[in-house]
Amino acid sequence: MSSIFKMRYLILRRITQIGLLFLYFSANAYGWKILTGTLSSSTLFQVVPLADPFAVLQMLSAGALMGVNVFIGAAIITLFYGIIGGRAFCSWVCPVNMVTDLANWLRRKLLLDKAERKVWISRNARYWVLVLSLIVSAITGLAAFELVSPITIFNRGVIFGMGMTGGVLLAIFLFDLFGVKNGWCGHICPLGGFYSLIGRFSLIRVRHNQPNCTLCMKCKEVCPESEVLFMIGKRSTTVNMGECVNCARCIEVCDDDALGFSIRDFATNESKGDNR
Amino acid sequence: MNTQNPKKDTKPKISERRRFLSIMAQSIGLSAIGGLIWTGYVEEAKASPLLLRPPGALKEPDFLRMCIKCGQCAEACPYDTLLMARPGDGLPMGTPYFIPREIPCYMCTDIPCVPVCPTGALDQKSVSTEVDGKDQLDINKARMGLAIVDHESCIAYWGIQCDACHRACPLLDEAITLEYIRNERTGKHAKLIPVVHADYCTGCGLCEHACVTEKAAIFVLPRDVAMGKPGDYYVKGWSKKDQERVKNRDLTKLQTKTKMNERSAVDALNAGDEELFDE
Repeated sequence: MSSIFKMRYLILRRITQIGLLFLYFSANAYGWKILTGTLSSSTLFQVVPLADPFAVLQMLSAGALMGVNVFIGAAIITLFYGIIGGRAFCSWVCPVNMVTDLANWLRRKLLLDKAERKVWISRNARYWVLVLSLIVSAITGLAAFELVSPITIFNRGVIFGMGMTGGVLLAIFLFDLFGVKNGWCGHICPLGGFYSLIGRFSLIRVRHNQPNCTLCMKCKEVCPESEVLFMIGKRSTTVNMGECVNCARCIEVCDDDALGFSIRDFATNESKGDNR
Repeated sequence: MNTQNPKKDTKPKISERRRFLSIMAQSIGLSAIGGLIWTGYVEEAKASPLLLRPPGALKEPDFLRMCIKCGQCAEACPYDTLLMARPGDGLPMGTPYFIPREIPCYMCTDIPCVPVCPTGALDQKSVSTEVDGKDQLDINKARMGLAIVDHESCIAYWGIQCDACHRACPLLDEAITLEYIRNERTGKHAKLIPVVHADYCTGCGLCEHACVTEKAAIFVLPRDVAMGKPGDYYVKGWSKKDQERVKNRDLTKLQTKTKMNERSAVDALNAGDEELFDE
């Protein structure tokens, strides 16, 4: 029972990720009209439009003059993550997260981190990819990241049939397992970078309670964006950096009740740590 | 330590400012490499002109620009006609298309695939007609492609009686008509050959689906691929509609581009082969 408690958020995340995939799948397979479309653009209960704001941004950069619905949809998603969820898309919705989490788990189990090849990519690379995707979209007249995004490729694969989708996912899995730790989600994926930017002022945040901390550093070990936990053992505050995906793995592994969900701390008004 | 490794001393030191500039230059350079590869890939990926798009789709470059790849058109299609291009299909990934020989477009009168498009990549206006001041969906206005008959493999052209495509056509006797021609081989029979009319053909592909030959002798191609263009120079003088087409032509720009022979006609005819070669 306690082991399930230790994975409570992980289980919830898998339920939302798989549940959303199933709703999309059932819209096509059984004609359920709960959530139609894919993660790039969908319709909730046949009324509420939803759209991936980054996809819309790329299409605008490509010069597309789109209908109103897609902008309403993008605004709803932007407001939701901007005000409430932060970068929660990455850990609670994105299906590729399941692949990269598996790679990361295997990496820890096989102790691959201890004998790491030196493949160095900056965590800021994703922001370069983000800008690049907008430039390539403008040059080619086609949403450049949307064309190759493994997120929507996986998503469509589940709904419409996989084709060679497995190859794409295997590439990401191997890159994260043998290449760079958290290589795809934490370094390259421009959608993750995009949500880091729009989610940097969101309300739901992980809070660190410093007096309880025993400096075991399990949280930093399990965190996919470990530099956001710069305050561990130093002072009590919320994790305010936009890169935090709100996956809550740090909360689960903490044996000392030093971490938990909370509302953003506005008093220590910093999105990046000063002592980083 | 310095004495053990004298080389270290000779290494030029760089200022913070120079370091920052170097790192920026590296990042921009690497991005440029990535951008070139990425642009190349995208340009290659979108160059597959033999795709049939859903009804109401904009012209291909605009369609690719506007399609958000959400698949709501494919989900709305009751016949599973529309497919979403997957990795390995060799087509622009995530965009909807259909293969009429497998499942053609059955031309639903309520066109469920078009109104669900959130971006307007499938343009509802282009498949609507105005009835009493109101736009009403009209699938007959769809122009997904154009059916082409291969005269060599169509058995009706051989003289064998077959009108499978004609009967399958939802715009029977408009988009496909049967023409009687004399069967010169037997001298006493007629051939009933199918003829497609581009003014009516929607490109639904029901004819291609129905064709009895092993590989369809009538098949749908995208209009841009299947059709020529007479240009402004040639006009049907007997047709009001065709004169409308060239109403705005710029007569100053209409010139014969073929080089005229400067020799006299007799000299040119006597010149033999040499006229065929460029100097």
